[in-house]
Amino acid sequence: MADKILAKDKLGDFLGKLQADYEVYAPQEVEGKPQWAPVEESDKVLWDFSNTHTSPKDFFFPQTEIMMRFKNVQDHENGMVMEAEPPLANKRLLFNIRPCDAKAFQVLDLIFVQDEMTNDLFWKDKRDKTTLVGLACSDPCPSCFCTSMNCGPASTTGLDALVFDLGDKLLVRALTEKGEAVAEGLDDAAEADQAAAEEQTKAAEAQISSSVGMDKVNERSVMELYEAGMWDRVYENCLNCGTCTYVCPTCHCFDIQDETQGESGRRVRNWDNCMSWLFTMHGTGHNPRGAKKDRVRQRFMHKFKYIPVKRDGEIGCVGCGRCVLLCPVNIDVRRVVNDMNA
Amino acid sequence: MRNTYVPYPVRIKKAEVATEDKQLKTFLLEFINEQEGEDFNYIPGQFAELSVSGYGEIPIGIASSPTEGNDLLFTVNKVGSVSTQLHNMNEGDIMGVRGPLGNSYPLSEMEGKNIVIVAGGFAVTTLRSTMIWLLDPANRSKYGDITFIYGARTPGLLLYEEEWRQWRESGQANVNITIDREAEGWDGLVGFVPTVCEEVAPKPDNAVALICGPPVMIRFTQPVFDKLGWQPEQIVMSLENRMKCGIGICGRCNVGPEYVCKDGPVFTKAHLDQLPKEY
Repeated sequence: MADKILAKDKLGDFLGKLQADYEVYAPQEVEGKPQWAPVEESDKVLWDFSNTHTSPKDFFFPQTEIMMRFKNVQDHENGMVMEAEPPLANKRLLFNIRPCDAKAFQVLDLIFVQDEMTNDLFWKDKRDKTTLVGLACSDPCPSCFCTSMNCGPASTTGLDALVFDLGDKLLVRALTEKGEAVAEGLDDAAEADQAAAEEQTKAAEAQISSSVGMDKVNERSVMELYEAGMWDRVYENCLNCGTCTYVCPTCHCFDIQDETQGESGRRVRNWDNCMSWLFTMHGTGHNPRGAKKDRVRQRFMHKFKYIPVKRDGEIGCVGCGRCVLLCPVNIDVRRVVNDMNA
Repeated sequence: MRNTYVPYPVRIKKAEVATEDKQLKTFLLEFINEQEGEDFNYIPGQFAELSVSGYGEIPIGIASSPTEGNDLLFTVNKVGSVSTQLHNMNEGDIMGVRGPLGNSYPLSEMEGKNIVIVAGGFAVTTLRSTMIWLLDPANRSKYGDITFIYGARTPGLLLYEEEWRQWRESGQANVNITIDREAEGWDGLVGFVPTVCEEVAPKPDNAVALICGPPVMIRFTQPVFDKLGWQPEQIVMSLENRMKCGIGICGRCNVGPEYVCKDGPVFTKAHLDQLPKEY
């Protein structure tokens, strides 16, 4: 499908039409921060924002999610009723998702859906029923380092369509069938508009000032990186607060807990984080990652060595920079990786 | 498609206190839906999540062998809230099983070789499964000599006595059972597992060793095998770590890039030598 053009003042009609088929969400100002919210008025949709405060991963991997409901009925022929939560009822569309966040979901697809046994239907159902329309970055912030992480301001991986903000109009590039369904009916873009989009991307790429090297990280063995002396310095400031894991679009560790009321209850999964001491503690009290250093090292090794080793070089980081901005003690992932790569 | 997080309902067919300290209880579980039992295809070395609704799930090695039919055997140590609740449950009660999970012992690669099995304490569970499987008439002829070395602190802490006595009587395996210190009424071997390994001195030629036990046993058994000339590639171990999902996603049981729940729990010593000791 050729690139399409949409006048910005027609956005309300465009999104209104989509709302007949999808629940439409977009970054809007909520409590003074750019955050994901259902679109009610199209003029509330943000265009001038670096990225949302937290990642949109909870659309697919909610902070708390019911996995199944159970009921103890010992006299029932089945003894106990255990039923998985029903699938998502409606199709969803995330409008103006940043390319880095979309890329994160493609990485997570490789982890949540691996084979017949490792086939997380909760994740897959929501992914299948959601269309991602990206917004190319024209003004990356100083904490962005996507271009070092197999990604970029106009990266298309994981997206169904990509929108370029050209001021009073939008260039809409469909990338998949789902994306074509969104762009259908729009007018073709002029060559000048396409050129403007390319220019914008080049300028955005040039504006990304931080770079992170991965070449030596890739070459070195797991044990060489694991035993590096740098970890003794990195962990010292860390509070193990877990903020980095909650705001990270690729962090996906979870806990499973049962909640009951009377004879019935539900099994839920909650975001968990590898910074927590309890995360790995055995029933016996033995803890394989009992020291703070072990846990801090785990987070970086997981993203930059373990995932690449297991997933054909994919990195468990997309360079969105949220952890850089929100870490209360200023641990900078770029510096950590550069130290790993030194 | 079936949701792998939803357990199969099972009924507790038999629940028996297994050791004198009452810390271990053995459960025989029967599938409520027969077809699910038929389809639960597992190999010795694999584990399952035992699921007690309202309490949670625990990963436990499968102690039965698929050659014994569809019922599943588990021996559970009472340590946390799920295992304590499980110990309080009775025959006839309903619970759930999710699995089979993890890889298994490399039984097909072990064909044609002599097998040495070393177990300490209640780590013997999946090795019981392996022994039953190996000694099954359909499988026994595919393997060479089988040596079984198993130790516990006291006679009352030894599991599966009926089974190992039978293995010994059958003459199909060289069975060595030991306890830590002399005890009244015990006329078998006395001494720690590493010492017994030294005495039995299994030869490394064309052989594979499966070694499972508490860290202290592993630490002292390893040098014995090293001295006998065993190579790290010949030594197979099974790891335990805290788990939740059991299918390689939730992020806590990893040892370096390997998830104990999915890539393990069974690893060769050679492989473990390349990984952090986070277990």
